[in-house]
Amino acid sequence: MNRLWNDLTAGIVKENPVFRLVLGLCPTLAVTTALMNGFWMGMASTFVLTMSNIIVSLLRKVIPEKIRIPAYIVVIATFVTIVQMAMHAFLPDMYNILGIFVPLIVVNCIILARAESFAGKNPVLNAAADGIGMGLGYTIAVMLIGGIRELIGTANLVFFGKALFGAGLPFPPAVIMILPPGAFFTLGVLLAILNAMHQRSKSASSTVQ
Amino acid sequence: MNFVAILIGGLLINNYVFSRFLGLCPFVGLSRKLETATGMSMAVVFVMTVASAVSWLMQRLILDPLGLGYLQTITFILVIASLVQLVEMVVQKLSPTLYQALGIYLPLITTNCAVLGVAILNIQSNFTFAESVFNGFASALGWSLAILLFAGIRERLELADVPEAMKGFPTALVGTGLMSLAFFGFQGLFKDLFIR
Repeated sequence: MNRLWNDLTAGIVKENPVFRLVLGLCPTLAVTTALMNGFWMGMASTFVLTMSNIIVSLLRKVIPEKIRIPAYIVVIATFVTIVQMAMHAFLPDMYNILGIFVPLIVVNCIILARAESFAGKNPVLNAAADGIGMGLGYTIAVMLIGGIRELIGTANLVFFGKALFGAGLPFPPAVIMILPPGAFFTLGVLLAILNAMHQRSKSASSTVQ
Repeated sequence: MNFVAILIGGLLINNYVFSRFLGLCPFVGLSRKLETATGMSMAVVFVMTVASAVSWLMQRLILDPLGLGYLQTITFILVIASLVQLVEMVVQKLSPTLYQALGIYLPLITTNCAVLGVAILNIQSNFTFAESVFNGFASALGWSLAILLFAGIRERLELADVPEAMKGFPTALVGTGLMSLAFFGFQGLFKDLFIR
């Protein structure tokens, strides 16, 4: 039970796929022009990650070692197609905004990396926990980036169709933040802040010892 | 005329790294040295051009006539994965020197989203066969331009005095952001040739 909990929480902070492992950069930067885009991209990736982890883990003794990567890719591509069809049917607006990055979940390195390094070697429950944890960690990261970009770029935040700050915050929106360069700046600065925090806590703990 | 638009679109206006956000993992990962960047660029140009041709044929000759459009994602990724394997074997047999140069980069290309991205974008833009192949080539050239320029900058950054927390990824990302800002200046260029 304890191990399951560890597997679940590892992906959220300690091994966060975006901030710690720096995987899957393309969708992370491309779709985070707004908080909700980040949310749905995160949800779609979480679903694919969890389901592919479960199937890969169930089949781990059946799939021959040599062809495991193509086999994993087919499993992942199947779930991506499911997500693509479901989104097209139920969230057509979001499907159009995310565009090409929905089918591109297939080549998101996070998913293949988890299948290869975790799900292929662990029992089903742990693999599912790992998928959910990693997915949530990813969702939190893209929502954070999307939120920051939307907040500075439009001086407002829209959450499930509701503007959180009414008429907008009292500063002129910096449009550059919702354009491509803003994505690079936001993630770069966020990573630098996290690095600085990490170093501070490390040097603090070393002086205590 | 169309080809000129595709070329300029792929190189400058819709540059894969700076405005479409495709192929970022190898862009950040392999831009530390000019040498690795050159190797990866050659491999990408080669694979993206061939992948554009093959995926277009798959879509128009097999998936469309049979009404299997929903299998696009699965088909394309499998085609690209096996294509990369095939290219690796052929290059190894035909030109050991080229294989030496590209060898380690070829397997990495399967998970390069620029390749799958160009295949899907070609279909979405309703390109003809020749346009698809040319678009694959031009986009790959744009990607190469980006990584080569950036590798040059990064080699100098290695020697710069950067704050401890900014070392590595943060510097790379902020640097890419600045370059992306510069490339953003091309957006207004050729308004009527703009390809979406």
